[in-house]
Amino acid sequence: MPVTRADMPKLVLCNMGVEGQNTLAGATARGAYSRIAKALAMAPAAVTDEVKKSNLRGRGGAGFPTGLKWTFIPKGAQTVYLVVNADESEPGTCKDREILFWDPHLVIEGIFLASYALGCRHAYLYIRGEMMREHHVLQRAVAEAYKAGWLGRDHACAGGGSFKLDLTVHRGAGAYICGEETALLNSLEGRRGWPRLKPPFPAVKGVWGQPTIVNNVETLANVPAIIEKGGEWFAGLGTPKSGGTRILGISGHVNKPGVYELPMGIPLREVIYDVCGGIRGGRALKGVIPGGSSMPILTPDEIDVPMEFDALMTDARIKPVEIRPGVKLDIGGGKQLRTMAGSGGVMVMDETTDMAMVCWRIMKFYAHESCGQCTPCREGTGWLERVTRRLAHGEGRPGDVELAESIASGIAGNTICPLGDAAAWPMLAFATKFRAELQSKITAAPATAHGAA
Amino acid sequence: MPLSFSTESARRIEALIKQYPDAQAASMPVLHLAQDEFGFLSDEAIQLVATALKLPVSHVYGVVTFYTMFRREPAGTNILRVCTNVACMLTGGYDVLKQVCERLGIQPGEKTPDGAFSIVEEECLAACADAPMALCGQRYFLRLDSKEKVDAMIEELRRQPQLERTLLPGPVEKGA
Ligand SMILES: Cc1cc2nc3c(=O)[nH]c(=O)nc-3n(C[C@H](O)[C@H](O)[C@H](O)COP(=O)(O)O)c2cc1C
Ligand code: SF4
Ligand code: FES
Repeated sequence: MPVTRADMPKLVLCNMGVEGQNTLAGATARGAYSRIAKALAMAPAAVTDEVKKSNLRGRGGAGFPTGLKWTFIPKGAQTVYLVVNADESEPGTCKDREILFWDPHLVIEGIFLASYALGCRHAYLYIRGEMMREHHVLQRAVAEAYKAGWLGRDHACAGGGSFKLDLTVHRGAGAYICGEETALLNSLEGRRGWPRLKPPFPAVKGVWGQPTIVNNVETLANVPAIIEKGGEWFAGLGTPKSGGTRILGISGHVNKPGVYELPMGIPLREVIYDVCGGIRGGRALKGVIPGGSSMPILTPDEIDVPMEFDALMTDARIKPVEIRPGVKLDIGGGKQLRTMAGSGGVMVMDETTDMAMVCWRIMKFYAHESCGQCTPCREGTGWLERVTRRLAHGEGRPGDVELAESIASGIAGNTICPLGDAAAWPMLAFATKFRAELQSKITAAPATAHGAA
Repeated sequence: MPLSFSTESARRIEALIKQYPDAQAASMPVLHLAQDEFGFLSDEAIQLVATALKLPVSHVYGVVTFYTMFRREPAGTNILRVCTNVACMLTGGYDVLKQVCERLGIQPGEKTPDGAFSIVEEECLAACADAPMALCGQRYFLRLDSKEKVDAMIEELRRQPQLERTLLPGPVEKGA
């Protein structure tokens, strides 16, 4: 049974909102770096085993099992890199920035533990360029950790050897696509942030051609608790397949928006009406995006589902997204797309919300952020932006909703990286669930043959 | 006078290169440093970075033009970044942007004649739970839910400009 809110420990956000305690002294008082001795007394593989047992899943968006990912590093690899993804820019997502600001040493400790498990001697943390305040705080924390000897100094470890870690903070410069792991690696190498074709996967051939693990900030911030209390304990906090707690950033039309660390699998209804105090002005709910703007929107009758990785993909109470009316979107492996937990960015919309506007604003974002490498994404996202802009401004033309659907289904699954899907999925979800509202924006006369979109 | 890095910057570039297996990887940090020092990345500044890192100018130019925070022209002292993405839009982000533009008499992407402000319409800045919001340097302006708060923000920035620069000396040198 997952823990309830009353008895849930805060693993990652225990210092949130406490001023002046994000320094080494403050973090040490909370136990930071105390897990390092324990890990160093274990074999690196035993640390990975503990993480495997914990059922920790990646918090960057895809929910991939972290321990399993770590085992993909080829045996006997000489140089291994850990790259921390602190590029947080998926609209609606606002948790990593808080973690970095309030507890940078917890993140550094998590990086240390993961690096030890992986055999990484130099880790890189890629922080989003706009996060200037967090960059400053992190740089200071890294300097403190060097001075205290946690970084840059040999530590005796199990089996008689020693382990030393260096950590470099690398600042981005404004490009959403650099959150995608292979684009991030190119950016770290000092190139344009273009996603790479996979395979090879980064675990085999990543940054500077070496085996590389990319993990999200929140993912790594959970590792100290796993080492301290054990993988089983961590697994026990969550649902059968997802261990630990879940940080959600809830925004939009709720009374108490905020970044909250909650039990894994808490029902979305409880998040909105209890944790966040319900909808502003006592209005009715109209829609909610459960995990960043790429994730299909949910309607008010779909919010009794648990906020957990698998449930959001499979729960029969969520209507599958359609590529055309009545035709469900197949995402491979016999699975239909419902929605996903994504990055934990929950955006809540009340009854006054114009869904065509929201849909357009999302399409505008992806059109702006497409890196332009693949034609379906580059052309398709721009086209979706134009069609939805017309709809949003009440200038839709007959056939526009169908046109948007056909553009989106032409993008989905046909691109180098998942940004194409990230634009296509929400488009199809709006067309599935708010079709009548989009249709109601059609005012213009039928387009003439050469005037068509 | 031709552009050149200060002695301090030259020292920091050396230290930066040592953080990576090759000099190319230092492109972004060195470009940030050049932008901090010269205010923007002119052709000459790009050339300087390319020489410092022994890279083709075309490579450095390609990097500069890919990332929105690298600028090819001078910006205002305050680069005011106003988010209009979904969470901010739902809570009035477009009104904030409109008011900022009216008060400063410029459009997004422009600079005030006195050079005090530039306005950038931003995508999500990872502060959605405190929407609508704006960012200037290291200063966040959160929950800008009234006209008074927006005006107060502009006043504060006039009195106390927030520069957009990397504040700590480079990445901390190994073992320092
Ligand atoms: C377009 C795009 C943007 C992404 N942005 C981020 C991001 O900002 N932060 C992040 O941690 N992961 C992001 N991801 C996911 C990463 O590619 C990667 O899966 C993740 O960092 C792995 O870490 P995890 O296993 O700990 O979740 C993004 C993916 C895509 C396709
Ligand atoms: S899908 Fe879009 S963002 Fe991804 S590589 Fe292709 S063009 Fe670039
Ligand atoms: S939408 Fe404005 S900060 Fe996220």
